[in-house]
Amino acid sequence: MLAGRNRRVRNLMLLLVAAMVGLGFASVPLYRIFCEYTGFDGTTQRATLAQAPGAVVGKIISVRFDANVSSRLPWTFTPEQQTARVAIGARELAFFNATNAADHPVTGSASFNVTPSQVGKYFTKIQCFCFTNQTLEAGATMRMPVTYYVDPKILDDPDAREVSEITLSYTFYPVDSPETAG
Amino acid sequence: MTDSTANALHFQAHEAPGHAHDADHKPAFFQRWFMSTNHKDIGTLYLIFAILAGVIGGAISGLMRAELAAPGIQYLEAWSGQEGDAALQFWNVLITAHGLIMVFFMVMPAMIGGFGNWFIPIMIGAPDMAFPRMNNVSFWLIVPAFILLLGSAFVGGAGTGWTVYPPLSTIGSSGAAVDMAILSLHLAGASSILGAINFITTIFNMRAPGMTLHKMPLFVWSVLVTAFLLLLALPVLAAAITMLLTDRNFGTAFFDASGGGNPILYQHLFWFFGHPEVYIMILPGFGIVSQIIATFSRKPVFGYLGMAYAMVAIGVVGFIVWAHHMFTTGLDVNTKMYFTAATMVIAVPTGIKIFSWIATMWGGSLSFKTPMLWAIGFIFMFTVGGVTGVVLANGGIDNYMHDTYYVVAHFHYVLSLGAVFGLFAGFYYWFPKMSGKMYNEVLGQLHFWVFFVGVNLLFFPMHFLGLDGMPRRIPDYPDAFAWYNHLATMGYGIMALGMLFFFVNLVVSLIGGKPAGDNPWGEGATTLEWTLSSPPPYHQFETLPKID
Repeated sequence: MLAGRNRRVRNLMLLLVAAMVGLGFASVPLYRIFCEYTGFDGTTQRATLAQAPGAVVGKIISVRFDANVSSRLPWTFTPEQQTARVAIGARELAFFNATNAADHPVTGSASFNVTPSQVGKYFTKIQCFCFTNQTLEAGATMRMPVTYYVDPKILDDPDAREVSEITLSYTFYPVDSPETAG
Repeated sequence: MTDSTANALHFQAHEAPGHAHDADHKPAFFQRWFMSTNHKDIGTLYLIFAILAGVIGGAISGLMRAELAAPGIQYLEAWSGQEGDAALQFWNVLITAHGLIMVFFMVMPAMIGGFGNWFIPIMIGAPDMAFPRMNNVSFWLIVPAFILLLGSAFVGGAGTGWTVYPPLSTIGSSGAAVDMAILSLHLAGASSILGAINFITTIFNMRAPGMTLHKMPLFVWSVLVTAFLLLLALPVLAAAITMLLTDRNFGTAFFDASGGGNPILYQHLFWFFGHPEVYIMILPGFGIVSQIIATFSRKPVFGYLGMAYAMVAIGVVGFIVWAHHMFTTGLDVNTKMYFTAATMVIAVPTGIKIFSWIATMWGGSLSFKTPMLWAIGFIFMFTVGGVTGVVLANGGIDNYMHDTYYVVAHFHYVLSLGAVFGLFAGFYYWFPKMSGKMYNEVLGQLHFWVFFVGVNLLFFPMHFLGLDGMPRRIPDYPDAFAWYNHLATMGYGIMALGMLFFFVNLVVSLIGGKPAGDNPWGEGATTLEWTLSSPPPYHQFETLPKID
């Protein structure tokens, strides 16, 4: 009888361990969802064109562009301008240039975030090359646009309204696709 | 804890000579020590293992203090046989090995595997652990884990720090060493999880009649809480380091930003494990110290229920404060504010414990035997480390303190001095019970005082180094830091001298110690182990004791 009770406690505890292992792995998608929802860790937001609020008169913020490439991706990737001074709330357009130095087509995808991290929930993208995979033919150069605005709600947030410069950072990395084989 | 346990049945070591089922009949050597299912033998194996690992981990810290004794690189190139950055990598290997060995292969095996195995079944009046074979598996998993970690030093060494942060641990460390260290953590984690399940089952199901949860000795409470922390925290570490392993070897990018992953997520996962881990190391020490303070004050512990539930509270709150290790990762102000406040909340149950220990001593009939000295030393050291912990809990201050020697001083005061003082307290307290022989009181007291002076000289100046801005994990430093580093290294020498008394005492007492008798501590020692012979019979409590 004691052996049976012992087995029951043991099995319950093993279930608990399995649940915690599962939670450990599940934290990868859960953390991503949490960040997308809350803007935590400088995760930017998405909106449709119709949701863009329009410029707030007299409120200017500076946006700095940062472009990185994984060492496994044979591309060069640079912003067309280093910084832009934009009106808060106004829809803005920025361009990045990517060139494939390899002799075959390569597909890449860009991860992204902004710093300081508390402005993540106010930096909103309408269109971005980072939403989808990008394929560059051998030697080809592509001009990649991003449409964004800084949500005027940033002016109501005591932790974020003092921010004068936002850095938007991208890192391109290779993704597996038939074209990039070899 | 009530003193009713003193009324439990007195149990004889030898019931009837020549009887086939003699309670003290022991198997042959190989069977007894290599295929052991006896909780006391497994506890002994764990203690021997922990002492060996502690000698290795302590020797590594001696190498580090020698290198840090003066500015400049003194010995690293000679020790590693390499020059420049390769010699500096050897430094990283040393700090990593010291941390991992002391955490996973010294403190945890000694506290939980050693004293837990030895005394949890006895204290609750059980004949053995619930799953004796699983207990054996637990021990024999930690041996290959240790061999893997030591082996990694011979293939380049893991120079990642005990936190194993990516990208240093992924793209920053090629070769097999980090993989071996990660597998070592997997094995050690599996060992601890099996042990934790065993303790929980034993404590829930195998208490003697009358031993209700609220009558359990505080050491049993501490191990119960610790076992739950292990169950909840270690699987998360296992998941995190498994993902590290696949990032390193199988092309995944869980923690690689240039692959769509997030290195910060690893830090969250690591510290979700790592913060409960520090309580895993210290809670059994709380339990040991509670037993000892009560014994040598000849009083039941003050506020028994408060003491037990303070440990539960520390365990629960310990799971929601992890990001105070990550204040400099760009958390926003509100997040920092929450983690600062939650961290400070832990000072409340901790304060309850410290004041209850003092209240236990208050008006007690105190005798300052060696275990009591270590226990009082524990309270002192842990309070110093706790106060610097409250300082570091402040997100704003931590911007300045993060990764400085102030942090090194803080966690060595709570662990190297707190947990280790708890271990020595328990060792001297239970040595007569485990071996049947008294330790040498003079050598024990010398060990305490020399060690006490040594470690304070070793670690207290580190507060000043940290306040002056000396970063941790570096083998070289500007001349301005030379004096305090010199002091710290001298402190290491004094501490090492203190350890000499420990080992001499160990040998002297095991060979020629006086017979201890069932209960060398007198009426203050009320828990069940003191009702048994010293050493206890190979199988105790074949007739269960009854607790009023």
